Amino acid sequence: MQLFPCPFCGPRDETEFHYGGDAGNVRPDGADVPIDRWAGYLYLRGNPKGTAREIWVHMNCGEFFVMERDTITHKVLSSAALGGEHTA
Amino acid sequence: MTASRLATGGSAIDRSRPVRFSFDGATVLGFAGDTIASALLANDVAVVGRSFKYHRPRGVWGAGVEEPNALVDVGGPQATPNTRATTEPARDGLVAKSVNATPNALADRNAFLDRFSRFIPAAFYYKTFMWPDWHMFEPRIRAMAGLGKVDTDWTSPGTADQINHHCDVLVVGAGPAGLAAAKLAAGAGLSVTLVDDQQKPGGSLGHRAGEIDGKPAAIWVEETVAELSAGGHLILPATTAFGIYDHNLVGLNQRHFDGRRDTLWRVRPRQTVLATGAIERPLPFANNDLPGILSADAALAYLRRHAVLVGRRIVVATNNDSAYEVAGTLAEAGADVTLVDIRRDGMPDAPAKVPLVKGRALSAAKGRLRVEGVTLDDGTKLDADCVLVSGGWTPTIHLFGQAKGKLSWSEASAAFVPGDPVDGIAVAGAAAGAVSLSEVFAGSKKAVASLGETKATLPRSTGPEATSGIAAAWPVPGSKGRIWIDYQNDVTVKDVELAARENFVSVEHLKRYTTLGMATDQGKTSNLPGLALMAGITGRTVPEVGTTTYRPPFTPVPLASFAGARVGELMAPVRRLPLENVHRDSGAVFQEYGGWLRPAHYGGRDADADRVIQDEALRARRSVALFDGSTLGKIEVIGPKAAEFVNFLYYNTMSTLKPGRCRYGFMLSENGVVFDDGVLVRLDEHRFVVSCSSSHVAAVHARLEEWRQDRFGREAVYIHNATSDMATLTVSGPNARKLLETLDLGLSLDDAYLPHMAIGHGRYGGDAVRIARVSFTGDRSYEISIRADRAEPLWAHLRQAGQAFDAVLIGLEALMILRAEKGFIVIGKDTDGTTLPHDLGSEGPRSKRQSEYVGRRSLFTEEASRGNRLQLVGLTVPQGEAPLPTGAHGIKRADGRLHSQGFVTSSYQSPTLGRPIALGLIERGATRHGETIEIQHLGKVRTAKISAPCAFDLAGERLHA
Ligand SMILES: [Zn+2]
Repeated sequence: MQLFPCPFCGPRDETEFHYGGDAGNVRPDGADVPIDRWAGYLYLRGNPKGTAREIWVHMNCGEFFVMERDTITHKVLSSAALGGEHTA
Repeated sequence: MTASRLATGGSAIDRSRPVRFSFDGATVLGFAGDTIASALLANDVAVVGRSFKYHRPRGVWGAGVEEPNALVDVGGPQATPNTRATTEPARDGLVAKSVNATPNALADRNAFLDRFSRFIPAAFYYKTFMWPDWHMFEPRIRAMAGLGKVDTDWTSPGTADQINHHCDVLVVGAGPAGLAAAKLAAGAGLSVTLVDDQQKPGGSLGHRAGEIDGKPAAIWVEETVAELSAGGHLILPATTAFGIYDHNLVGLNQRHFDGRRDTLWRVRPRQTVLATGAIERPLPFANNDLPGILSADAALAYLRRHAVLVGRRIVVATNNDSAYEVAGTLAEAGADVTLVDIRRDGMPDAPAKVPLVKGRALSAAKGRLRVEGVTLDDGTKLDADCVLVSGGWTPTIHLFGQAKGKLSWSEASAAFVPGDPVDGIAVAGAAAGAVSLSEVFAGSKKAVASLGETKATLPRSTGPEATSGIAAAWPVPGSKGRIWIDYQNDVTVKDVELAARENFVSVEHLKRYTTLGMATDQGKTSNLPGLALMAGITGRTVPEVGTTTYRPPFTPVPLASFAGARVGELMAPVRRLPLENVHRDSGAVFQEYGGWLRPAHYGGRDADADRVIQDEALRARRSVALFDGSTLGKIEVIGPKAAEFVNFLYYNTMSTLKPGRCRYGFMLSENGVVFDDGVLVRLDEHRFVVSCSSSHVAAVHARLEEWRQDRFGREAVYIHNATSDMATLTVSGPNARKLLETLDLGLSLDDAYLPHMAIGHGRYGGDAVRIARVSFTGDRSYEISIRADRAEPLWAHLRQAGQAFDAVLIGLEALMILRAEKGFIVIGKDTDGTTLPHDLGSEGPRSKRQSEYVGRRSLFTEEASRGNRLQLVGLTVPQGEAPLPTGAHGIKRADGRLHSQGFVTSSYQSPTLGRPIALGLIERGATRHGETIEIQHLGKVRTAKISAPCAFDLAGERLHA
């Protein structure tokens, strides 16, 4: 079982977390966003081999944060609150 | 084999405490400290089981976890199938039965299968029984193969404890390497946890000669353990480290032997030291699976620990030095021992009284139910009642492999040893390939060196030491006779050759094709010989062939350990209403709805339930109903940007909602699909309550939090899930207001002050109450929210006041009928994962709204604008007919085929209308009101008329009546 560092609670078991998607998947606003762009926002995922920047939420405290981790070694590289005011 | 118990000796047994148990119906006598296997050997029971496929007679092979043959089903209250007789303590009254044998191991009636063995090679069954259908043959074939049987009368002795544990250093294995590492780590001021799968620590020192720091090894073990205990370190005997998981979590399974379930430990150490030892390998020769052929090291363990001499005329066959101590010790104990060494030179001197045959290997063993003799590769025949083999040592590196540690091939020890180190994991002792005690201790020092300066001194071996030196003795292709590689799964040299011929040359294919290493022993004695044979067949080196993936568990772990307390009700705990007990007293029949345990109806069970539900719904329309709606979501959204926030979250414009008012709306997912529906309450300018579906509160809350944190910022909005803070008691029906007016709620119920879709604040007793004029029944309704812990008096008061109005308690089933009469939907029941808001008739925001909201862009795709979308409708069937089955499909006939036109989502008998009602999602349904459609269910076709979803009080006058 992996240990993820919640920026607010410290290292916790992975079962306490939910995955929230790729970090940096910016939402395009508007009814006239080109459909390809909207489809990309909804469905296209990087699925990188190696370093990945991801959004996770710690279900216990309810806080979302950005975590960088290696998808091969499962090593956690960094984690920071959205907006960056807390890091762990 | 004529095995026997010696009159004296045996470090593990207590002769003052005899035990008596049964094996295959016969009485077996032993002593406390015996295992089932040692007691069977002491009673000269040679055949202890039958093999998986050929039903060959099999005897005890090893003395520990590696045992491939001696599996028994243990019966009684702690019944466990396929228990290794070598690790299961003998105890009074224990009932053990051999596996895969009918009626017993000695006289198995399926033994004839062995005579057909050459017709049933690897994959025979799959190749032969393909026509007409494997499943026709499967049950009988499976009944003939296999191992133990599950005891269906077994009852659970309770749940297993699970413990989370942290320490600086976890040492796995309490042999010389583990004890030394633990001692050094403790001396560095670190907290140590030492685990060992044996009941007594010491590992190989329990039966191998040794002298440490000038003392006999046994004394050194005792002192070291005492020192660790005194230092407050945790020592867990009878505990197996079965797996290393991500981020070096180590799983332990601890046995208790007192009737308690095993305990699962989840350990997160800073450093793990694997001192897991090594497992002796068999040697390849024909009929090497006969009872009476044992691991040489096991024979020594049985002698020194249990005072069991495994035979009288013993041939010890080896390719390395470790069997010399065995041969010498058995000879001293009175056996007539001949040592056969594959090596021509470089070996130690033969022990006293032991003739040594150099440069020879065994080519075959003979015997039927037990070994009677051997033939050497030069044709020499030797009589023997027992054959001990040592084919070298395989380091126990399973945990290192599980931790993704790379292995490297050691030609010197003819085995894989740990390669590049893995962060947080060190390997020491025989697991790292060490042979002598000096090497072992040097490894222990290295394993803990990075953890800091230690005050403890490194143990020193002061006696004679084991020496290394091995000549590889792998199975070779083209050998004569049947040579077993995997005893438990009956894989022979010929099976591996067949796999190679059919091009299953990759180890992973070899494993699955032949089932090599796939039995309950996971190939602890067989994997490496199998790989080496494949290397020989295909002209590759062993490391070129490689190993299969190491996966947990190292030894079988009871599922009960993994489950822990999460069984029965705790498997998926229900959420409970604050008034549950009050409802129970009222005769409520409870059901689970979306995770909540709620009254389905009050009184009436089974056949009577329908009548009770109909009655509840009818009386609710007639006068007034009381309903516990406490599960309704109550998520507060507070802050300067609260209005902007809810406006973005809802499909419907919410920013224009006035304080004190409510509005019904949808929440969409970003793909436009309706995610939730409900009423939004605006308490004041910057404060809203999201009243979402009962079963959806957690999901809606998570979604609100996500948008809050990702888009609006933590300071702009604050979200509080107050669902469980308050109970919500609903009063609904034409007489709802009259009933409420008999209570003093401290506010005017006049419609001018509290109209439909408005809220009012009052008091009940000393507590604030919030009253919302919101209706899910279509009748005038008041939802009264009060502190959950103060709800009971209010509920009692409502019921008492209700008597004058013939008020009825209604459960969720009646409520479902009432809402369906009105065409009100339940998300996830009347919608699915493709339903868009305009499919439900809510087109306004989509066509008019200018501001941004979740899911907006998805409502303007080609798919969203498709003309033949499924749309919400009512479905009417003639009076007197039964309600439509929920899930039945609307159909269209075209091209001689049936095409689905959508389906029925909700269907009930309406007591108010006296006919069935239904809701459905039907293709182009909104434009087809008045049309007749065929509805098919399980081959039967009926007709229904498409209508508007609402079937009752079309003008909505009852909301204000
Ligand atoms: Zn947290």
